[in-house]
Amino acid sequence: MSTGVTATTQKTVGGIRRKFAPWNDPAAVPLIRYQNVTKRFGDFVAIDNLNLDIYEREFFALLGPSGCGKTTLMRMLAGFEEPTSGQITLAGQDLVGTPPYKRQTNMMFQSYALFPHMSVWDNIAFGLKQDGMSKDAIAARVEEMLKLVKLEKFSKRKPHQMSGGQRQRVALARSLAKRPKVLLLDEPLGALDKKLREETQFELMDIQMELGMTFLIVTHDQEEAMTVADRIAVMNHGKLIQVDQPAVIYEQPNSRYVADFVGDVNIIEARIEATGSGTSTLRAEAAGDMPLTVHQEVASRPGDTVFIAIRPEKVRVDLDPPTEQGANCLPGTVWDIGYLGDLSIYHVELANGSRIKAAKPNLTRMVERPISWDDKVWVSWSADAGVLLTS
Amino acid sequence: MARNARGRWLVVAIPYFWLLALFLAPFLIVFKISLSQDAIAQPPYFPTFDLSEGWDVFREAFGELSFENYGYVLSWDNEFLEAYGSSLWIAGISTLLLLMAGYPIAYAMARAPKSIRPTLLMLVILPFWTSFLIRVYAWIGILSPEGLLNQLLIALGIISPDAPLQILATDWAVYIGIVYSYLPFMILPLYSALEKMDDTLLEAAADLGCTPIAAFWKITWPLSLPGVFAGCLLCFIPAVGEFVIPDLLGGSDTLMIGKVLWTEFSVNRSWTVSSAVAVLLLLVLVVPIVFYQNVQAREVEAR
Amino acid sequence: MRKGLSWFNVSSIVLGFAFLYIPILLLVIYSFNASRLVTVWAGFSVEWYFKLFQNQQLLDAAWVTLRVAFLSASVATVLGTLAAITLTRYGRFHGRMLFSGMIYAPLVMPEVITGLSLLLLFVAVGFDRGFWTITLAHITFTMCFVSVVVQSRLVTFDRSLEEAALDLGCTPFKTFFVITLPIILPAVISGWMLAFTLSLDDLVIASFTTGPGATTLPMRIYSQVRLGVTPEINAACTILIAIVTVVVIFASIMTKRQEVERERAERLAAAEA
Repeated sequence: MSTGVTATTQKTVGGIRRKFAPWNDPAAVPLIRYQNVTKRFGDFVAIDNLNLDIYEREFFALLGPSGCGKTTLMRMLAGFEEPTSGQITLAGQDLVGTPPYKRQTNMMFQSYALFPHMSVWDNIAFGLKQDGMSKDAIAARVEEMLKLVKLEKFSKRKPHQMSGGQRQRVALARSLAKRPKVLLLDEPLGALDKKLREETQFELMDIQMELGMTFLIVTHDQEEAMTVADRIAVMNHGKLIQVDQPAVIYEQPNSRYVADFVGDVNIIEARIEATGSGTSTLRAEAAGDMPLTVHQEVASRPGDTVFIAIRPEKVRVDLDPPTEQGANCLPGTVWDIGYLGDLSIYHVELANGSRIKAAKPNLTRMVERPISWDDKVWVSWSADAGVLLTS
Repeated sequence: MARNARGRWLVVAIPYFWLLALFLAPFLIVFKISLSQDAIAQPPYFPTFDLSEGWDVFREAFGELSFENYGYVLSWDNEFLEAYGSSLWIAGISTLLLLMAGYPIAYAMARAPKSIRPTLLMLVILPFWTSFLIRVYAWIGILSPEGLLNQLLIALGIISPDAPLQILATDWAVYIGIVYSYLPFMILPLYSALEKMDDTLLEAAADLGCTPIAAFWKITWPLSLPGVFAGCLLCFIPAVGEFVIPDLLGGSDTLMIGKVLWTEFSVNRSWTVSSAVAVLLLLVLVVPIVFYQNVQAREVEAR
Repeated sequence: MRKGLSWFNVSSIVLGFAFLYIPILLLVIYSFNASRLVTVWAGFSVEWYFKLFQNQQLLDAAWVTLRVAFLSASVATVLGTLAAITLTRYGRFHGRMLFSGMIYAPLVMPEVITGLSLLLLFVAVGFDRGFWTITLAHITFTMCFVSVVVQSRLVTFDRSLEEAALDLGCTPFKTFFVITLPIILPAVISGWMLAFTLSLDDLVIASFTTGPGATTLPMRIYSQVRLGVTPEINAACTILIAIVTVVVIFASIMTKRQEVERERAERLAAAEA
């Protein structure tokens, strides 16, 4: 991948990206609208009365475990499934009843679905030929696409004569060739190894910016969704649990489900002692008689059960009690250590037997870490590190 | 695609109506004729239903249907019942022999190195592509009293030239003929069941202290059962109605229902009795056929 | 686990293949026998092959058989492929049970029943029996075999290939011809070959459904075989065997070649990546 080009476009991309937020603009008209969409397969409810707006030029990710309905949601946009009830519109046009071959969406399939009996060139030209484009126009567009995915030299190859990464790019070129209003990507990078996947994620973002297109990606890989997407919809059991920008999803999850699905998290069950003026005080069994503080107000009343979610990287572990004021601080014993190279994850057992995870970057090359198994330690986190969740 | 309702309808309808007209309807006709009586006319049975002569004639004709032919076929005085019994017996024995011959071959093929498996498979299928009739015919020259088998045995001094083995025109020749011509149908389902089997299962069994022979009976055999069922049914059902093999290799006392039906039809020229024989044969085979279809359907769904 | 060939496995394969091939080999060898007595070897001769080509009846029968087989295999391939699509793609529909029953039953149905029932149908509707009735009968029972062969290819067919074509603007009808058919073509061709061979081979159903003037090769061979073994029939059989062997070996070498080619290309691609 030519890193030179990528680096220069990256700057402008960043600039545009930072300002891009049509979902906050009440005047913006969504490109794709799902309105009260329900899809049943027999008794199974795949999509449950769902509403979702996606805007033009957005890179939107559907994230969730397998069977959560994310693929069905995408396939309904492509036309491979019809909603049982509800409406799907694309650029103001009602799509229900329109067959897939008349929709202005194109899809990149998880298996790539490259036609094995056609060359790379013919695969990319396939969609253009269906539109009855002139020969010259087709040739020009195919060349352009081959250039875009850097496969100019491979146009005469058959799919089975190419590596997985190359096939993936042919599939991308083929689905982009018709300049669809929306490009649908169904687990597009699932078959690639980790390194290549990470490279390709950035490439996808560049292409999306360069062509100014709307991308809808389905993935179960949260890192992938966070990397590429402007907004992420976290799904479960056919419902949208949270739809927001990656940082919001990660830092302010709206439920234990989202907090747990996206990234690693400690969840502490607690009772509210007082809440108001931006701060809540809580009691938790895990904390013994130490009160816990979170800089967040909740609608619950004192005595109600809530959950504190804290990311491991926001938890500190020290051999001595921290001196920081206002921090939540609990004593414990190191139960286990997971060494990951860049980080070490400390599993600390608290007084009541529950465990809390703390991630500590390995800042030096020491092989013997200062904190070891069975050491008495202190875990601490600041009052704005945790999030209070009521569900 | 639901939208292309008309194209979709055609795809189903063409083969569907073809089979309704040329597979199902003929059975109904066979059933109807089995209830009719022989006549010296064209067609050689009555009543015939001709709506052009009006409803009354039609209804009258209906009244002339009877189960007489079934009484005839099912009576102990005639050899039909014996023929059904002996067909099932011969087909059963042959299927057992087929399983005993086919299983080791299929097993060895599935264990063979991956590189030669396609060749072995082709070698099993190849005889199937040559004419069935030729393959049965080849055995006449081998099994006849002055045939090659007897020549060989005499040359080896195993039997005396005055008392050649009488195999042709006995039930044994029929067994050999059925086993020989149906062997590929037994081997193929067995092979595909055995080939699918994960080798690590046997390794796991050995690892857990199972001897190879015990591992075969506890792991390989149960897992190959779908193939065993498919193979046995694929051989047993057509073998019951076999005509060519008993006719060419069997003796005059080899009773098989396919041959009896053929004789009844072409020699005795009784269409009504042969229809009754066919209907009863179908009744006998309906259970294994339905069973076979379930095995097939499960096989397709499993994939 | 020791994989590969133990003495038991080797001997089962050797014995099994000996059993399968020795009768055919003997048949071929004795077709070159100079003696009229098939079981006594009297020296090498190709006399019977010459006799064979002067046997006009046999040649006529062969011509009828080939025409029936070609026509019925071609129609059966179309019908069988449609049936296979129906059974693998259309999920549940009214009468599916009956339909799949009618596809699978002929595979095991005793030929005497199929033959008799078709004959009675042709008589009932007043069809003149002969070439066309044999062809119709052969289409009916061979299409089921074609359907099974094509079905087994279709169940492993990646549906997303068709979806991709639809997605790129191709109509379902065109998708079938541009995408599906080319990919399943090998299975369709082997379905055709199977139907052709089955038709070529059939004695019982043809005997029931034939009429004056339409005698097929198996019927001709059968009537001569009943009179006893003759070297002439051996010669006819040998020619049939030779044709089939050459075609099958050629076909398998072609597929093998393609596989090797493909594997090489894949390895090349993997090395480049």
